[in-house]
Amino acid sequence: MSAGEDKLKNLMVLGNAGDTAAYHAFLKALSAHLRAFFRRRLVQLPDEAEDLVQETLLAVHNYRHTYDASQPLTAWVHAIARYKLADMLRRRTGREALNDPLDDEADVLVSSDEQAMDAKRDVATLLAQLPDRQRLPIQYVKLDGLSVVEAARLTGMSESAIKVGVHRGLKALAEKMRVSNEH
Amino acid sequence: MNTDELVTLLAKGAGPVEPDAARRRFAMALGWGMAGTTLAMAMALGVRPDIVAVLSVPMFWVKLMFPALVAVTMLYAATRLARPGARLGRAPAMLGVLVAVVWVLGIFALLGAAPEERKYLVFGDTWIFCLISIPLLSIPVFIAVIWAMKGLAPTRLSLAGGAAGLLAGAVSAAVYALHCPELEAPFIAIWYVVGMSIPAFAGAMIGPRLLRW
Repeated sequence: MSAGEDKLKNLMVLGNAGDTAAYHAFLKALSAHLRAFFRRRLVQLPDEAEDLVQETLLAVHNYRHTYDASQPLTAWVHAIARYKLADMLRRRTGREALNDPLDDEADVLVSSDEQAMDAKRDVATLLAQLPDRQRLPIQYVKLDGLSVVEAARLTGMSESAIKVGVHRGLKALAEKMRVSNEH
Repeated sequence: MNTDELVTLLAKGAGPVEPDAARRRFAMALGWGMAGTTLAMAMALGVRPDIVAVLSVPMFWVKLMFPALVAVTMLYAATRLARPGARLGRAPAMLGVLVAVVWVLGIFALLGAAPEERKYLVFGDTWIFCLISIPLLSIPVFIAVIWAMKGLAPTRLSLAGGAAGLLAGAVSAAVYALHCPELEAPFIAIWYVVGMSIPAFAGAMIGPRLLRW
């Protein structure tokens, strides 16, 4: 079991219990691990690595309720990262790809790479394409840092509509990221 | 937006997650799916009229418990396959044991029967009807289980779709057993297994398209 596993698992479990600072630290550390993971596997497509880091982070966030603390975090993260990599390659090449017999799940949380490159696609541009009922809740709550109550007052939406808007908006954003992989 | 900004966006106000999401989603799906399948069976086919009398026949319980236990096994497998990186554990072995048990029962029944009776033990009166009914009745459960999986994150899509199909087929077969007039082990060993396998294959074929995320 790697040091990354213990440290990140602790942060993830705290994050899922509602500790936002721990969750932020988890995502930050995870992004460096994912970057190293994807760069090593996309030697011929270096520009795609940062896009895939972002897509995987969004997937991790959208599906964080599927993590069960009795399970190694490494296995969970690796399955998502590998799935997103295979999906991207399939969309680019139009066929089932990712035939990587040497792939070892244990190394996903071992190496990390803090040097972010520019993502090819801009998440902000995709965000701007969402309908208002999703875009505005994300803008106010997730970007401007307003509370749900304040965002509800500003938009005239109900508090639950704000929460649903954030949730569905991030799912829709993930779908837009996937589709933007098709060249 | 760079990756650090995205991380900040995702973490801001993230709040706690509801625990036990997978289990509750599957419980709800199975509740609605079984209600749909049972209702469809009761309205379209009806429970066999001699159901009370047949409760004392051991083979009736084999016919009911075999698909029910397959369903329990596949429920376990499906909840695992809906979560990234979760292992299947003993589910495949358990499935193998259940099928092996009914096959052994079926083979012994055939060996013990007179040669001219064997054809009837295998085909009964309703094998085609059984093969059509089990896949059709599995549709409500299949839709519900796919819905449950879509809210979670399966990463092996053919396998997940196949497990959803086999779960649906097994529930359907257990419900159909309340209507089915047959009480011979070879019939169950063949047609119940094939009937459950049809939605399983269908699920494995369309799983990648239905479950992609």
